[in-house]
Amino acid sequence: MSNLVFLIPIALFLGALGLGAFLWSMKSGQYDDLDGAAWRVLDDGDDKPKPD
Amino acid sequence: MSCCAAGTESAAELEALKSQAPSPEEMWLSSRALGDGLRQVDLIVPGVHCGACIALLEKELPKTPGIDHARVNLSTRRVSVVFDGSDDAGRREATLTALGEKLNSLGYPAHLPGGADESADPVMRELLKALAVAGFASMNVMLLSVSVWSGAEAATRDLFHWISALIAAPALVYSGRIFFTSAWGALRHGRANMDVPISLGVILAYGISLHETITHGEHAYFDASVTLLFFLLAGRTLDHMMREKARSAVRNLVRLSPRGAMVIRDDGSREYLSLDEIEPGMRLAIAPGDRLPVDGRIVSGRSDMDFAVVNGESAPQLVEAGSLAPAGTLNLTGPLVLEATRSAQNSFLAEMVSMMEAAESGRAGYRRIADRASAIYAPAVHLLALGTFIGWMVVSGDWRTAMLTAVAVLIITCPCALGLAVPVVQVIAAGRLFENGIMVKDGSAMERMAQADHVIFDKTGTLTQGKPQLINSATVTADHLAIAARIARASRHPLSRALANLDQPGRDLPDFEITEVPGDGVEAVSPDGTVYRLGRAAFALEGRADGIERAADASQVILSRNGQFLDIFLFSDQLRRGAAQAVARLAELGVDAEILSGDRETPVKALAAELGLAEYVAGVRPRGKVERVQALAAAGGKPLMVGDGLNDAPALSAAYVSMAPASAADVGRMASDFVFLHDSLEAVPLAIAVSRKAGSLIRQNFALAVIYNCVAVPAAVLGHATPLIAALAMSSSSILVVLNSLRLRRKTKVENFARSSAPDPVSPVAVAGTGVGASA
Repeated sequence: MSNLVFLIPIALFLGALGLGAFLWSMKSGQYDDLDGAAWRVLDDGDDKPKPD
Repeated sequence: MSCCAAGTESAAELEALKSQAPSPEEMWLSSRALGDGLRQVDLIVPGVHCGACIALLEKELPKTPGIDHARVNLSTRRVSVVFDGSDDAGRREATLTALGEKLNSLGYPAHLPGGADESADPVMRELLKALAVAGFASMNVMLLSVSVWSGAEAATRDLFHWISALIAAPALVYSGRIFFTSAWGALRHGRANMDVPISLGVILAYGISLHETITHGEHAYFDASVTLLFFLLAGRTLDHMMREKARSAVRNLVRLSPRGAMVIRDDGSREYLSLDEIEPGMRLAIAPGDRLPVDGRIVSGRSDMDFAVVNGESAPQLVEAGSLAPAGTLNLTGPLVLEATRSAQNSFLAEMVSMMEAAESGRAGYRRIADRASAIYAPAVHLLALGTFIGWMVVSGDWRTAMLTAVAVLIITCPCALGLAVPVVQVIAAGRLFENGIMVKDGSAMERMAQADHVIFDKTGTLTQGKPQLINSATVTADHLAIAARIARASRHPLSRALANLDQPGRDLPDFEITEVPGDGVEAVSPDGTVYRLGRAAFALEGRADGIERAADASQVILSRNGQFLDIFLFSDQLRRGAAQAVARLAELGVDAEILSGDRETPVKALAAELGLAEYVAGVRPRGKVERVQALAAAGGKPLMVGDGLNDAPALSAAYVSMAPASAADVGRMASDFVFLHDSLEAVPLAIAVSRKAGSLIRQNFALAVIYNCVAVPAAVLGHATPLIAALAMSSSSILVVLNSLRLRRKTKVENFARSSAPDPVSPVAVAGTGVGASA
């Protein structure tokens, strides 16, 4: 019983953290361009081929 | 320079882009101030396909002077350009002109988005937030419930129940209000929808569980109430996503009405005014390639105009001073000065819209399958729960046991699977249609499409391409064709466009000096002084129309050298790709088809014979089309209207269900339930077939849900449904329904429409000769 006192708040806190992260990411426009984000990660802004 | 995946954009989109680039004035009107002297304009760029496109645009556009930065959104195919919005009209025009040219030179022609509501969809955000909150609550409550079911001792159980109650309460208020408001709205009007049993079940389950918790009871249904909300919200979100996807795709198509026009003041000065500032009596300058913003009378100038949005016919008409022209028509060859006769609110376009609203009765009486099912289901469930309560009161006399059992019945029967049964199938079906270039406006359209038993086709632009094609290429001399094609490149006239498509860029021809004579044709002078003329016979042959055989049913263009006849080019409209296959497929599906056209009897009859259609009606006005559709509906039929012109729009909205190609007029696209992007007409039978398949899967899903209820309800009524059993039954039935719906996905493939590259088996149809245009 005693370990429940801290285990349950921890579980709820972690869950709430996830919920908060989702709501924040939606508000800041992270889901506005899902296709574009997948491509942007490949662009390092350097068009030259890599020197050996 | 467009990098990849060529061909994924529709032909209609590209065709429209060739002719229309937004003018700097239009871009300025649609831009918005960001502060600090910066302004932002959003442009639709259909050519953007991959990471290289993003990198190229974002790196190259800011190199144009005056442009601060650009950001590409690949999902919506848009680019937001932030530029220096200084008040100096000359500078901002230079910036925006340079932007348009830069986009074109990079190979990404752009156009402006359609309506005003371009902001992010607020309903979708609300639904997603509600779904997230319900998901969080259901996960945590379920976690606690599992330990209760595993046999927690009494003190721990009470503690867990209390925590569950605390988590569930805000989740119910926040996520559940979507259902509560809808249920309340239905009840107030004396109706019952699916949301009534949902709301009642959820609220009662929470109430009785709270009472149990306070009285240290054993059974609580907190987990059931929030999980129920989560599943149902998932269904609702899917339904909304499908609609939104189609809507934004339709919005991305090119608009036909301009945002404004160049007004000529009495003192000769020119000013670009937005559409609602234009008043009757103002004089407007209309350049070749512009669409008329308002109805007007031509004051000066001579040109060919494309009246396709009005009468649906592709052959251009000659206009001169004194001619009347309605809004939305396209000026092709010469500059015109127009005197506005009516303001934009009273224009021909607006008149069509009001006629459409008057005709909007074809689908007004339709009720969604889910609503019809719940009209039977909801009262049955409520009676059953009430009966259970009364029965247990009579038998045991204990109101608490009676109430718990009644709530268990409500939860077990709560239409969780039913709430998913319809949207999941429709989302999958819409996805399958989307892959084949067909967009569905909403789920009810698909349900209505499945019932369609009669197809009405418009002729020009729907059954035919609405574009002239050279039909005598075998008999004309190759050299003459080459010269004509090169000269034709300079003109916007549809017949010239058809010729210009045959131009071979590498071919060695003299550098012509080309001038266009609006309404007559094109004159080209080669460096050695030879004069070539391409156009009407009277113009090309300087009035001597001798020895020219006339084709009665085709448009013609004559090429002459120094006034001497060289060759004649004949054009006629071609069948749209897949028209014959589509008609055959429709017959297989047991759907009759007919043609309803504003054109003359002879070409319509010829086309009907060609396609093997027995029924056709020729020479009907827009009101006549509406009356024909209404007559069919009155006879008990469920007509599907397929049309593209503005003249079809009232009939499109009067029909039980309607479909339009992407090349259709804006109003027509808005009025129709389905829009198909690819050229082929085979989209029509495919849409019917997929809709029917979706309809049968929905009925299967209902059957599954009913069978599940038949097994679970007796157990619940007899009081054997503990919270654990309720949770298991609810989740498993939902999963079963989703899995069944996914069967539609299994067969997904991009349908093999007849390809344009393949030799066209369809012979040219003699339909274009509407007596005007370039025929002599």
